[in-house]
Amino acid sequence: MAFTIKVNDQMHRVDVDDDTPLLWVLRDVLGMTGTKFGCGLALCGACTVHLDGVATRSCVTPIDSIGASEIVTIGATAVGAKIQKAWLDREVVQCGYCQSGQIMSAAELLATNPNPTDADIDDAMSGNICRCGTYARIREAIKQAAAS
Amino acid sequence: MTIDQQASRASGRGEPPSANTLSRRSFLRVGAAAGGGLMLSLSLPFATGEAEAATDDVFAPNAFVRIGSDGNIILTMPYVEMGQGTYTAIPMLIAEELEVDLKQIELQHAPPDEKLYANPLLGVQATGNSNAIRGAWEPLRQAGATARIMLVAAAAKRWKVDPAACRAERGEVVHAAGRRISYGELAADAARMPVPPSVELKRPQDFKLIGTPAKRLDTPAKVNGTALYGIDARPPGVKIATLAQSPVFGGRVKSVDDAAAKAVNGVRQIVRLDDAIAVVADHMGAAKKGLEALVIEWDDGLHAKLDTGAILGELEQATLNPGAVAQSIGDVDRAMADAVTKVEATYQVPFLAHATMEPMNCTVHLREDGCEIWVGNQALARAQAAAAETADLPLEKVVVHNHLIGGGFGRRLEADGVIRAVEIAKYVDGPVKVVWTREEDIQHDMYRPMFFDRISAGLDAKGTPVAWNNRFAGSSIIARWLPPAFNNGLDPDTTEGAIHLVYDLPNLHVEYVRVEPPGIPTAFWRSVGPSHNVFVTESFMDELAAAAKRDPVAYRLALLDKSPRAQAVLKLAADKAGWGQEIPERVGRGVSVQNAFATYMAQVAEVEVAEDGTVRVRRVVCAVDCGTVVNPDTIQAQIQSAVMFGITAALYGDITLKDGRVEQTNFDSYQILRMDEAPAVEVHIVQSSEAPGGMGEAGTSCIVPAVTNAIFAATGKRLRTLPVDPSTLQQPG
Repeated sequence: MAFTIKVNDQMHRVDVDDDTPLLWVLRDVLGMTGTKFGCGLALCGACTVHLDGVATRSCVTPIDSIGASEIVTIGATAVGAKIQKAWLDREVVQCGYCQSGQIMSAAELLATNPNPTDADIDDAMSGNICRCGTYARIREAIKQAAAS
Repeated sequence: MTIDQQASRASGRGEPPSANTLSRRSFLRVGAAAGGGLMLSLSLPFATGEAEAATDDVFAPNAFVRIGSDGNIILTMPYVEMGQGTYTAIPMLIAEELEVDLKQIELQHAPPDEKLYANPLLGVQATGNSNAIRGAWEPLRQAGATARIMLVAAAAKRWKVDPAACRAERGEVVHAAGRRISYGELAADAARMPVPPSVELKRPQDFKLIGTPAKRLDTPAKVNGTALYGIDARPPGVKIATLAQSPVFGGRVKSVDDAAAKAVNGVRQIVRLDDAIAVVADHMGAAKKGLEALVIEWDDGLHAKLDTGAILGELEQATLNPGAVAQSIGDVDRAMADAVTKVEATYQVPFLAHATMEPMNCTVHLREDGCEIWVGNQALARAQAAAAETADLPLEKVVVHNHLIGGGFGRRLEADGVIRAVEIAKYVDGPVKVVWTREEDIQHDMYRPMFFDRISAGLDAKGTPVAWNNRFAGSSIIARWLPPAFNNGLDPDTTEGAIHLVYDLPNLHVEYVRVEPPGIPTAFWRSVGPSHNVFVTESFMDELAAAAKRDPVAYRLALLDKSPRAQAVLKLAADKAGWGQEIPERVGRGVSVQNAFATYMAQVAEVEVAEDGTVRVRRVVCAVDCGTVVNPDTIQAQIQSAVMFGITAALYGDITLKDGRVEQTNFDSYQILRMDEAPAVEVHIVQSSEAPGGMGEAGTSCIVPAVTNAIFAATGKRLRTLPVDPSTLQQPG
């Protein structure tokens, strides 16, 4: 079935079954590999994108639920230069595989809460697993981005 | 320009080369023509001692440094980046001597080539065992210095001056009279200079780069989604496959009804192997949907009733029999007989999964005349050899492109994922990317082995240990992975952390009984042998302190007079942690100290145990002496990382088998520590000019007993089994 979706301000037309998760449309059909696959059950957060500004696990979001919503992925330059700068300043990243999802979750947090407390950060970010354990530096980077 | 763009080039935004065009000269032309230094990875066909016969384009005095006449300085990385920071620390070693800024270089994944890229400590092209810097420390600085000396010689010859009057700085050679010339301009001439037979390296006091917290080179691409992992490879026309492997290890496919799977939109074909079924599709969504629609009957085979309880029983039984003697000091039987107090215990640790964030995957394009592979792998020459054997092709027809790795932890030292993908590719026209589901990844992992320990000690009247006796049973990974290193029933990994203890123990006897679990594959897992042995030895040392009614830190310090480096880190960690200061009820501090991976480390964990037994690690303080520090930021990051990895294992890590099947499936049943549970980790680095020690793993083995010792301090409950069971820690009453 044909769907037209808006990703990072560009329209794309795809032909897939209506229950196809957005994650695979992005990665395999559109070749946008910045969004990652980690678990397929919305347990790890690696697949996080924004749907109309809301952090969403694309691995469990069927393409037929998108409609006219705006999808923003890590590939969008508008995601958050401050966030990416803070991530680099703090040397957050190790293997980096989870970081697209971490940044997307952090971007939603900071867009809605410019001065998050530690508890706010816990709430917003605990859905994103980091196997390399970069949590402490993620927290510092979020605070730096908030303050900048 | 960074390594991810090179990988993308390899991923087929251009035409991938056929095996016939794999000549260095043609690649250089491709590279130069591209103008931006885009080059495909290719091993250069010479070893040290002979410079490249002059080509026109490139100066390549060894396997690690390539300088093009276009000015591009390309460093080939012999170890693969999986988060541990090797793609920054290794370039720092070369750049220090080569006299270039890190900003001036491009990085390239090394191709498979055991001759050129083997780790000198292992004899194998592998990234693991925390020995990249240890292995590279001398040779790669020499590689950089060699290149620099030849460049300076080329400039001096051109200017007809004494090389001693020239110096190298930031990618240029400069002469006292003010002349300067870039490495690029010198490249062709430098290629004709004689390779110096030996080079003098910088004194540590002259280091400009080594020892500084240089910014990582791989991270910019990792924060904007452009970094390419194996799972991101997309050669043109690639199909996506996923698979179901026999749920029981060693089982086979009995029958499959694939009608419904084939009917799924986007599914192209079903591939039936002996022990697995793959669904090949246009995208993973269709492949997974097809997988779910398959009706497979399995012949479970010999291991149908495999059960972790039974395996543990076997290990326990095995420790009743003598093993290979790993270390023996004095006369432990007599010392034990004479001891005033005897302490005895048994310990056990479970199978553990790697659970890398990037699930197992491998992309293969198999043609009659050759094979091209895209993967992230820690032992590339082996991956190539395994692929060649599976495809029945000669080695030189198998091209393997390495990638950034989304978590290794030892999982990617194995070639099983590559073999599986080649097996599937035999049935597929064009390239196929095989991606494992998370369930397959967890249930067909190769696990950190289960171990069972019997351990006892004798104390004298003062409570000082005078005898130490330890015998343990479990799998030897080395026996399978590196057979020459397994001798007379022993290998250096399975016993690391159980022998050559930091403590002064006058009578000691350690034995290892090798027992391979039926059917279950075992593999290296972050902190390997120490992940088991340090838990046992540091928990048991804590038991001895308790039996002697002494403070755990003071007790250990008294035994470390012959290990000043261990003593120093223990003192530092205890001091920084405020050891001995008041602490609330149900909160405890625990300590551990180790010498593993040639690094001395001590940790203090501060742990809170709630009334319902839930454990929360509040704070970790780590003191480390890893010899010469290449990048202090990497040291801190690796300790933070390894500690989180170890806490996850201590609190949650448990792979169990029932009726032959791994019971855990995804992150709901194989829990990983999250942001809201992560403690602050403070790292204190002892300054040292000793040779560098390994840093990628040490934190993991060290934290686990620190946590369980802290639980003892908080509750009086001694844990001899992992993972921590909160039901045993509930506040009574």
